[in-house]
Amino acid sequence: MEFQIEVGEFFAAEDFVKVRSAHVAADAEALRDEGIEFLEHICAVGGKCVIRTTTNPRTVDFNHVDDVGQNPIWSQRERRIIDVFDGLGAHRCDTCINYQTVDQPIFGEHLAWGDTGTVIYANSVAGARSNFEAGPAAVAASITGRVPRYGFHLPTQRRATVRVEIDDLPVRRSDWGALGCLIGRQINDYWKVPALLGDGLRPSPDKLKQLGSAMASYGSVAMFHMVGVTPEAPTEAAAFGDQEPAGRISVRPGDIESVYRGFEPESSKADLVVFSAPQLSLYEMSELASHFDGRSVHTDTRVYLTTSSTIRGEAERLGYLRAIENAGAVVLTGVCFYLMAFGDQEPAGRISVRPGDIESVYRGFEPESSKADLVVFSAPQLSLYEMSELASHFDGRSVHTDTRVYLTTSSTIRGEAERLGYLRAIENAGAVVLTGVCFYLMAPHELIDRFGYRTLVTDSAKLANIIAGYGYNPIFRPTEICVEAAISGEIPW
Amino acid sequence: MVGVRRGEPDVTLHGSPGFGDTVEGPALVSGQGFSARYDLDREAGKFSRESHDLFGESVVGAILVVPVSKGGIATSWMLRDMASRNLAPNGLIFHTTNPVMVQGAVLANLPIMRGLSPAAHETIQTGDWLRMIPSDGLVEVWRR
Repeated sequence: MEFQIEVGEFFAAEDFVKVRSAHVAADAEALRDEGIEFLEHICAVGGKCVIRTTTNPRTVDFNHVDDVGQNPIWSQRERRIIDVFDGLGAHRCDTCINYQTVDQPIFGEHLAWGDTGTVIYANSVAGARSNFEAGPAAVAASITGRVPRYGFHLPTQRRATVRVEIDDLPVRRSDWGALGCLIGRQINDYWKVPALLGDGLRPSPDKLKQLGSAMASYGSVAMFHMVGVTPEAPTEAAAFGDQEPAGRISVRPGDIESVYRGFEPESSKADLVVFSAPQLSLYEMSELASHFDGRSVHTDTRVYLTTSSTIRGEAERLGYLRAIENAGAVVLTGVCFYLMAFGDQEPAGRISVRPGDIESVYRGFEPESSKADLVVFSAPQLSLYEMSELASHFDGRSVHTDTRVYLTTSSTIRGEAERLGYLRAIENAGAVVLTGVCFYLMAPHELIDRFGYRTLVTDSAKLANIIAGYGYNPIFRPTEICVEAAISGEIPW
Repeated sequence: MVGVRRGEPDVTLHGSPGFGDTVEGPALVSGQGFSARYDLDREAGKFSRESHDLFGESVVGAILVVPVSKGGIATSWMLRDMASRNLAPNGLIFHTTNPVMVQGAVLANLPIMRGLSPAAHETIQTGDWLRMIPSDGLVEVWRR
């Protein structure tokens, strides 16, 4: 709490605000022994999470430490961190796409989220409210259940200040990362909020995910508006407006993409008990598991639960599914969300994205060597759709012998990718899928020492930005080019 | 360490109160952003990002003066780790900073200030001797 008061006073916060959940980034590579000892101390003195708390990716995938070539000390450190989060009572989801797999942010609610990609997504796409609550700050919030009220918890901070006109329409998924890079580089200020305008902007969640994470990474940007797309920007005037959003939330049916689809009971007998509020989160699965544990559903009654298939995978890993199914209940699938509000203010800055600008971002990454040492699909972790896309690219082909190819994803997505055959297609080609990690968290500087890596090709603008600090020569390219580099060992352009 | 300089400072910068105790040290000034994860070799306390204008420079014991904090949350843990191994800067002065840097500085008990007038990164030069007084929102500068 003292820590939170100091931070709050720095930013002239008037009071605290309660938050619904916390998302903690605490990987071993960032913490080192000092940070781990700090966490262990918090646990030892009785610290407990009082709100829902999820965790960001780790430094190692325990199943791949040796073949990735990591020092075993990272596994030891991660196991200590795991013990701490179990002790605190956190949900160890090890994902930077919690908003896609575990914890849907909701319009207007306050959060204490840590990974910048999760925050920009929650603020911008869902209209939830969070500052960057980095590791120690999110841990503090999980224990106190509140955060100092400043920044993006305040309606005034959420208004757009920079007008971004987009004439160069992003097409490929990585193009959206490139767009985020372009805007982030020019803004480079946590306190500025861009509003994106352009004909035909209608991105998928995965595209918004790439856009947001790159913008946050390149520019420390915590929130953007996309006029006609994001909930606080139904119009340009709304995005730049000076009216209070509180009490003016309206849900436009057209904006809601796919609210709780997949509610498809296999049987529609009248004697059904359905737990579907509408679809269950991991927490609700956990709660129902504890209710059902050791009990039995009546023989004349069918019981259905619905959730997303990814949540189902995680519930299976954590034992909730078994408790529910052993009682005789059946778990089904599906999920989504969106919203809006606001009213006039002049933009403080303008950015134009002209035809060719996106291409020039790629061209800005010049390979020192045409050989690709590493091809990495990561940052953020891959969604099921992205896994599917890569599976179709790699299917029946083989990674070049001199090139290592890594993909990272969450355990929930991995499980689903395995079931659908994507994993096999990727692994048969010789690429390695790492779970619960993100590439730049995996002590990448040590991999250079061990394997002599230098040239890293990636379709993630975010990874291309970060990894340069670890001594790599990053080459940011569209997904198909990265795949070609993986197969041929050469960077096509 | 504090109070070793005599005489009036050449320049005094003013701003809102920051965090931490009064410290002194030589200025290390950049025209670019800063993140411990993106830019530093944390084993050596040096800038390791080749494209950074401070590439190869050591932060140890310096007062780092930069215009802005970069994206990423990892710096929040890293400053404390570096401080525990005596590889941290003595203080941080930003023109604009995100919460991550402040959270990290508080955890590491490292003085931090922002938004000074005139702008610190445009006024101070590498090698100037600085005294940061966060409680009063003051930075005193002695030219090298």
